[in-house]
Amino acid sequence: MALSKVKGTLERVLDKNLQDLVRGIRNHKENETKYVAECLDEIKNELRQENVAVKAIAVNKLTYLQMLGYDISWAAFNVIEVMSSPKFTFKRIGYLSASQSFHEGTDVLMLTTNMIRKDLGSQNLYDAGVALNGLSCFITADLARDLANDIMTLMTSTKPYLRKKAVLIMYKVFLQFPEALRPAFPRLKEKLEDPDPGVQSAAVNVICELARKNPRNYLALAPLFFKLMTSSTNNWVLIKIIKLFGALTPLEPRLGKKLIEPLTNLIHSTSAMSLLYECINTVIAVLISVSTGIPNHTASIQLCVQKLRILIEDSDQNLKYLGLLAMSKILQTHPKSVQTHKDLILQCLDDKDESIRFRALDLLYGMVSKKNLMEIVKKLMVHMDKAEGTNYRDELLAKIIEICSQSNYQYVTNFEWYVSVLVELTRMEGTRHGRLIAAQMLDVAIRVQAIRPFAVAQMAVLLENAHVLSNNSQRNGICEVLYAAAWLCGEFPDHLTDPKGVLEAMLKPKITLLPGHIQSVYVQNIIKLYANIIKRAEGQNGLAGVREVGEMLQEKLPIFIQSADLEVQERACCMVQLVKYVLKSQDKDGDTAAAIAEELAALFAGDLNPVAPKAQKKVPVPEGLDLDAWINDPPSESSEDEDRPVGSSIFVTKDNNEGSFYHEAAKAKVPDMTPEERTKAKEQRRVDQAHNPNYLKGDVKKSASNTSADGNLGNSVVELDLSIPLRVPGLSSSDQYMKMEQSLRTKKAGKKKRKKRKKGGNDESDEEEDIPQIHQVSTVEEVPEGAEAMSDKEEDGGDERYKKLDIDLDEPLRPGEILPVRTHRIVPDHKLPEPEEEPKEKKKHKKKEKESKKDKKKSRDSRKEEREKRKRKKQSIPGEADEPSLLKEDHEEIAGDNTPLSSPRDKDMPSGGATATNSTDKMNDYEFWMSSTDAQSPSHSEPQGKPTTEVKVTPVQDITSGDEAKVDTTAHSKKKKKEKKERREKKEKKSKKSKLKAGDYEEAGGITTPSQEVVDPSQLETPVTAKPMSSYRLLAENASIKMMYETRVSPQRGDQLILSVVFTNLTPHLVNNLEFNVMDTLNTKLSRGMGQASHDAVQVPFVLPAGLSNEGQFAFSVDSLVQPTKLRGTLTYMVKMAEGSTHEKVDFRLTFNCSSFMSALPCKSSEFASLLSSGDLTEKSTMKCTPLENSFDVSLLRICFYNHFKVVEKVEGSASLYGRSIQGHHLCLLVKYNNGEITVDGKSAEGALLSNVLADIKTVLTSDVL
Amino acid sequence: MIKAILVFNNHGKPRLSRFYQYYPEDMQQQIVRETFHLVSKRDDNVCNFLEGGTLIGGSDFKIIYRHYATLYFVFCVDSSESELGILDLIQVFVETLDKCFENVCELDLIFHVDKVHYILAELVMGGMVLETNMTEIITRIEEQNKLEKSEKAKLDGTPVLIQTYETLDLSILNELREKIAKM
Repeated sequence: MALSKVKGTLERVLDKNLQDLVRGIRNHKENETKYVAECLDEIKNELRQENVAVKAIAVNKLTYLQMLGYDISWAAFNVIEVMSSPKFTFKRIGYLSASQSFHEGTDVLMLTTNMIRKDLGSQNLYDAGVALNGLSCFITADLARDLANDIMTLMTSTKPYLRKKAVLIMYKVFLQFPEALRPAFPRLKEKLEDPDPGVQSAAVNVICELARKNPRNYLALAPLFFKLMTSSTNNWVLIKIIKLFGALTPLEPRLGKKLIEPLTNLIHSTSAMSLLYECINTVIAVLISVSTGIPNHTASIQLCVQKLRILIEDSDQNLKYLGLLAMSKILQTHPKSVQTHKDLILQCLDDKDESIRFRALDLLYGMVSKKNLMEIVKKLMVHMDKAEGTNYRDELLAKIIEICSQSNYQYVTNFEWYVSVLVELTRMEGTRHGRLIAAQMLDVAIRVQAIRPFAVAQMAVLLENAHVLSNNSQRNGICEVLYAAAWLCGEFPDHLTDPKGVLEAMLKPKITLLPGHIQSVYVQNIIKLYANIIKRAEGQNGLAGVREVGEMLQEKLPIFIQSADLEVQERACCMVQLVKYVLKSQDKDGDTAAAIAEELAALFAGDLNPVAPKAQKKVPVPEGLDLDAWINDPPSESSEDEDRPVGSSIFVTKDNNEGSFYHEAAKAKVPDMTPEERTKAKEQRRVDQAHNPNYLKGDVKKSASNTSADGNLGNSVVELDLSIPLRVPGLSSSDQYMKMEQSLRTKKAGKKKRKKRKKGGNDESDEEEDIPQIHQVSTVEEVPEGAEAMSDKEEDGGDERYKKLDIDLDEPLRPGEILPVRTHRIVPDHKLPEPEEEPKEKKKHKKKEKESKKDKKKSRDSRKEEREKRKRKKQSIPGEADEPSLLKEDHEEIAGDNTPLSSPRDKDMPSGGATATNSTDKMNDYEFWMSSTDAQSPSHSEPQGKPTTEVKVTPVQDITSGDEAKVDTTAHSKKKKKEKKERREKKEKKSKKSKLKAGDYEEAGGITTPSQEVVDPSQLETPVTAKPMSSYRLLAENASIKMMYETRVSPQRGDQLILSVVFTNLTPHLVNNLEFNVMDTLNTKLSRGMGQASHDAVQVPFVLPAGLSNEGQFAFSVDSLVQPTKLRGTLTYMVKMAEGSTHEKVDFRLTFNCSSFMSALPCKSSEFASLLSSGDLTEKSTMKCTPLENSFDVSLLRICFYNHFKVVEKVEGSASLYGRSIQGHHLCLLVKYNNGEITVDGKSAEGALLSNVLADIKTVLTSDVL
Repeated sequence: MIKAILVFNNHGKPRLSRFYQYYPEDMQQQIVRETFHLVSKRDDNVCNFLEGGTLIGGSDFKIIYRHYATLYFVFCVDSSESELGILDLIQVFVETLDKCFENVCELDLIFHVDKVHYILAELVMGGMVLETNMTEIITRIEEQNKLEKSEKAKLDGTPVLIQTYETLDLSILNELREKIAKM
């Protein structure tokens, strides 16, 4: 006893501090665990001491041990003891340990509330600092609720050090206690303008984090951040703000327009690379979100791309990497600008840094075109040969396939080339992508019918050289391609030149070393081949050879019977019997022999189509079928368990492996099946599936997972000497196709040059040279009857924690909304009034809260406020956003609110109704700030000058995305659309009847379609008879569908053109799934729905019953309109016939000539004169032609109708016409008629536009067909 | 947000680990190991960013690191942080260490991991960057050190008696004291 006491004392003398512990651990490298265990015992002893200093040292040591991976949660209480020490030194040790080891689950944390509160209020600056620091790591919901008020007080501390920390920790408080956000927000906002840069930076930091998760709530802060951005010199803060703007711009296009200029300035002026990079990133985000309407749009892209090039060329790998990263963002919307830097990106493939190579690969994916695909793939393959490390090579291989197969092989022009590439890829050693290559081979050969002969020939060569491929029998290895090869040769044997040879190759004994699922396919296809050989022989009446083949089969097939793989065994047994039977019947007389050939062939008759990837999901549930209902009453659980024999469990688990939902379902819902029956049924189904080629893919997976054991078998094989040349004779090389293609192209290029010279460079050549696809890819995909054309939306699995912070911050504070103050809580879990209770409290709204005063001042009219409150409330609940009831609200309210920012429905709001009366409203300040950009920006002059028209932010997309379509179904817009349609139909009828009457139409409120205006011929003094005029022109037509189109513009929107397309179904079937897509150019882009990439097609939201037409509208955003634009596009659709549906497509070319952008606006002759004399219209141009119509009036009418002009004045033989482009260019024309010849003199400020319009007029007057 | 800050040496021995999100200890060790594995196989002349790291974060997260002599300084951050900004922050951190330890080397970090934590706490708090100004950071650290010293002086001054008696059994002394107090 005494001895142990002495011993304890001695040890205490030798008490270790942290340094001793570290040293000790370093000296006991060989038995660290044992040493640490000893130390832990000592520490436990020390913690039992009264002396805080000893405890502190012990805790400090524990913190160190925690870093090494030892659990120290058992010491939590001691840590708190040390934290509560009045001495800073110990306190700091305690808090450090707590911050490292405490978490939400630490139960002793609830003991700390008062201690932390005391520390926060401590006189000592650093006590509070240390407490805040620790708290930031282990704050819980309870702590956040109880301490929020204390932290709020610290936010106004006189010491910047504490303010800074208090501001920063508020973010953590909000995360744990979202109710604190609204009361604390005004103060947080104040801190954005704190005199201390550290505090300011912290506030920016917190708001940026908040806004990143719920950006919409922070849009109102944009002006403030804008001010900070232009005034701050702290790069760290600038970066944060600029990043924040990058998150905000997608929600508010006007913000983007405002940002471009200061950001561009920063890009030019800053020397900080980090800032430069973030600026570029945000400019890109702006350019992506607002594709048009920005002054110098193209220039901005160019600037970004240029700067990024500099980054990529930099020797600093970090800049290179980031440059590539940003480049890939530009690529999504402006592929052309990136494509010019192809050389640079290909160079990056050589980089020693793997991250950079991967980035470059990603970029290449988006850069390919028909023109450069072969070249890029060739380069990648060269790289693959050189590359070290199978990982990177595998990545390259996968990328090659990904690049080639993207969007239905869009860029592959020559499939022979592609098949050769695939075959060449099989020569890569040690790849894990054998299955991928196999899948591609199958896919290409099945879908590109024309390539089958070639593909099958190549596959035959592969089969004959199977030994080269089969030595690598690892899972998913290259031997997988034999699966594809065997199947293709068996499925399309007609294309084989020497089926017998192939058959022999397939019967080589080495085949048995392949994985089971490949052998199964071999067995199956051997018989298919056999059937084919018999059929062929029958044609030539040479049955002798056939007999030989049969005997060979009979001799060699049994090797498969010995296979360890069940499936192979089973199939082989069947096949051997089949062959025996055939041989037997061949022995008989000729008739039966002939019959047997036919019967055999019939076994494998029938074509197959690929099944659409989501076909299974799309099978509609038949009416009256309740999938959840029990077919029979469920038996009690226990009995079910009992009657499942142990033996059958093998099958049950096996089936589970298949991952099929239906198997699971069947198991659960058909409980009355005995296990035997079940197994039988499943076996039956498996056999069915094996014989059904549509199940191929599923089969691969299943059998691979079941037969992984076979992989081991393969390892025992003597490895083939790799020095044997892997090049297989008879295989074609992809290079030859490339050369062929190149020579073809040079020929073409010569032609093109000549053509260009003729055109005088007038045509903007952002249109890609059309390279014809040699082979057609069949896009036929089987989709179940009645499948719905639904777009599969992915569920947004956002963090629940952040969703709680989606709180409207503009709404004034309610009386109950204060941070909890320390009181005796009667109810332990007292909660603040939930937001749902808000409306009830609205009327009690009194001045109680300091923070809410400011907001309140601004809303004097309580009635209005209430109304707005209601509205905002609605907005803050995203689910309600679609409610049509909002549409019934009067316009004033909408104009005064921020609704238009967020919802597409505002397109239905007539813009004229908005006034500036409620500009005192807070939101309107923001609105005003936003809209002021456009008033200031010189190139975006709004002729009608109403800032409120800017409220129309979201592009008019009558029919674009699913969302939009939904909006259209609201009563309001439906009616409007109907009206429009009626009007249009009337108009068409009229023009056909050539009864052009005046005053038939009232101008529609918001949208002015040129066709409507022009039809109004009231200005023509004499009623004239003219040929029927319709501005609908043919877009494309094929056997099943016809498209007519017309363009419309709205003078209010200088950057948008509406394309109205009438789709007519020419088939006697239903046409659905119409998808309209246009290849964007730099200048003109199809407006797609939010979140859709630039290549995505726009779904046409209707189906076309047989023989009917319907009209769809597509909005295009247009940047510059002085040049005509040519676009190419595709319409894909499904024709549903009784026997199935086919997927078809039709390509079209779309031309927006300059006249499309004109709108005929009335102009008084006085205005016209002053316009001419103002001297602004500096450009002149003249055009002469002989019109087809020998009447001046008719010609005039044609100009007005097709080119969208309005007659200002007309005297005999001459007339002055006025028109204005949607971007505000005035065009004045003087049209003279003399002896059947028309002279048009035009004046405008924009020469190119004028000459293009005159050229259009000439076409209109001289050509008959439009 | 910064999710974790790790410092380990060329052999993967942790010298500092600071997680701003809770992971159990074994998970923390696994993350350190995985990160070391990812980072250590990279040459010094390749870029300092890494995507991936399956244990921490996910697609939104990046590993940003710098390699100084025998130590790797690794920050695991999400997309709200600027990549180059974080690299500069690492530099600030290391330079601050250098100032505070006067020519910092791995040994300083080994034996004074607590001090390193205190320095880091002035830069980053709860996963958010607190201060980037080095002079401000150093002033704060020095002030706290002064405070600690003054406390230590007090501690050293008063318990002289106890310290001299420490060679004996302290519990006996306490018992004596209690007895004296009772009397």
